[in-house]
Amino acid sequence: MLDDFFLRALTAGIGVALVAGPLGCFIVWRRLAYFGDTLSHAALLGIALALLLQLDVTLGVFAVSALVAMALVVLQRRVKVSGDALLGLLSHSSLAIGLVVLAFMSWVRVDLMGFLFGDILAVSTRDIAIIWLGGAAVLGMLAAIWRPLFAATVSAELAHAEDMKPERANLIFMLLMAATIAIAMKIVGVLLITAMLIIPAATARRFSSGPEQMALLAAGIGVAAVVAGLFGSLQWDTPSGPSIVVAAFVFFLAAISPLAGSLGRRASVATDGRG
Amino acid sequence: MLKTPAPLVTLDQAGIHRAGRWLVRGVSLAVEPGEIVTLIGPNGSGKSTTARMALGVLAPDEGHAGRRDGLTIGYVPQKVTVDWTLPLDVARFMRLTGKASSADVDQAMSATGVAHLAQAEMRTLSGGEFQRVLLARAIARKPDLLVLDEPVQGVDFSGEVALYELIGKVREELHCGVLLVSHDLHVVMAATDRVICLNGHVCCSGTPTAVASSPEYTALFGARATAALAVYQHRHDHTHLPDGRVQHADGSVTDHCHPGDGHHTHDDHGGHDRHDHSHDDAEDRRAG
Repeated sequence: MLDDFFLRALTAGIGVALVAGPLGCFIVWRRLAYFGDTLSHAALLGIALALLLQLDVTLGVFAVSALVAMALVVLQRRVKVSGDALLGLLSHSSLAIGLVVLAFMSWVRVDLMGFLFGDILAVSTRDIAIIWLGGAAVLGMLAAIWRPLFAATVSAELAHAEDMKPERANLIFMLLMAATIAIAMKIVGVLLITAMLIIPAATARRFSSGPEQMALLAAGIGVAAVVAGLFGSLQWDTPSGPSIVVAAFVFFLAAISPLAGSLGRRASVATDGRG
Repeated sequence: MLKTPAPLVTLDQAGIHRAGRWLVRGVSLAVEPGEIVTLIGPNGSGKSTTARMALGVLAPDEGHAGRRDGLTIGYVPQKVTVDWTLPLDVARFMRLTGKASSADVDQAMSATGVAHLAQAEMRTLSGGEFQRVLLARAIARKPDLLVLDEPVQGVDFSGEVALYELIGKVREELHCGVLLVSHDLHVVMAATDRVICLNGHVCCSGTPTAVASSPEYTALFGARATAALAVYQHRHDHTHLPDGRVQHADGSVTDHCHPGDGHHTHDDHGGHDRHDHSHDDAEDRRAG
């Protein structure tokens, strides 16, 4: 029989996957994987600050990730540093600062591994409520800005000229990414959140003929990865977060294998090799 | 019709300054409903920049840009690239920025000759097909103002003429203003009400005939372009149909047009010079 903790883990993981799939599609389409990495690494700093100020950890992560996202948008506009250099710089700096600050706080005992790689088997009912309510809010907002955000993804100039207000959609999207990182952190950990965002989306690409279809498919593939990963983790006593990511990766490999070609509507699509 | 219609869009001494130089400066123009205004000029003369100011995509660093409230704009940008990660077919792209009705979408796609491509992925379209889809999308919005930045790039010559005719027809039907950016001088000029010749500033402007005969225009484009335009002036006695055949002013249709076949009001126009010239242009553009 399945234990309570395992059911809680499944519920929480499925909730995260449902949000991460559609949002991850935009990260793939807009080539923001590294950007997502930077935000999730900054989450560790958020954890440290929340513990220091005795605030809610989810809130702390959201606040810091959102701040870093805004800072990146401004910096990329102002500073003449190449985008990926700036991201790499901030990504690892914020991770390092988070680790250093946590080490300084000798009075709090933190499960660092849990933060880095997730601790899905320790989720509480309250965590589940946060994931599902927060996740519903994120998906609701994403649906509301879907058309302008997608138009801006295809052509920012076109979206701007035809009054889709792409800046507003982009800003909201940044906040949604921060929120998703905050709620996903507990499940897969700050180091693996980007994987939950981009692997299901990249897997869904080959079988999709439209953006909306790809978003739904990515959510479904994410759910399957969570279920497979958690059962694998239970079976072989492996860490849950990494197991979920490994399961997602296996799905991705299966999707790009020639065997899946007959399923894919357009076989050439996923074999371009980038992801 | 309104008694005194405000211009759809106005630029007043507008300029854009980037990285220490003025891309374009001191541009004043207005586009009225039902009017086609064409921006011409060499590469880097600020045509696209001016169009972007008119659209509100770029805010002028000096001067003023204004648009009428609640304006529906249909825009064909100079360049749109659809990333391979995006699963996007033509039908979905047609509804990118609004919920156009199926009838409007079908009609616009038929008009630009891409009705058969509805299910095709955007990435798989050829350059010419892509431009036709871009134009169809802009038209399907039933815009008050169409802004077209090199709308026929990569389109074959007969298609080019047909698309310019379509733009003229859309202007009549929707009574919309059209701001057109182009360097296909000789073809573009036919339907245009006003030409603004740019070279970092407004070099000259007016009716096509007035611009073509101005010394500034000759200085900028050379005598060859002036000649090409002059030739065009007495050449609109026949129409190139989408299938490559030619419809003459007397209504007859032939496979080719050549002087002396009795279909032309002027028999002195050396039929194929224009074709050659046009292909040169297209190749220059691809290379550059």
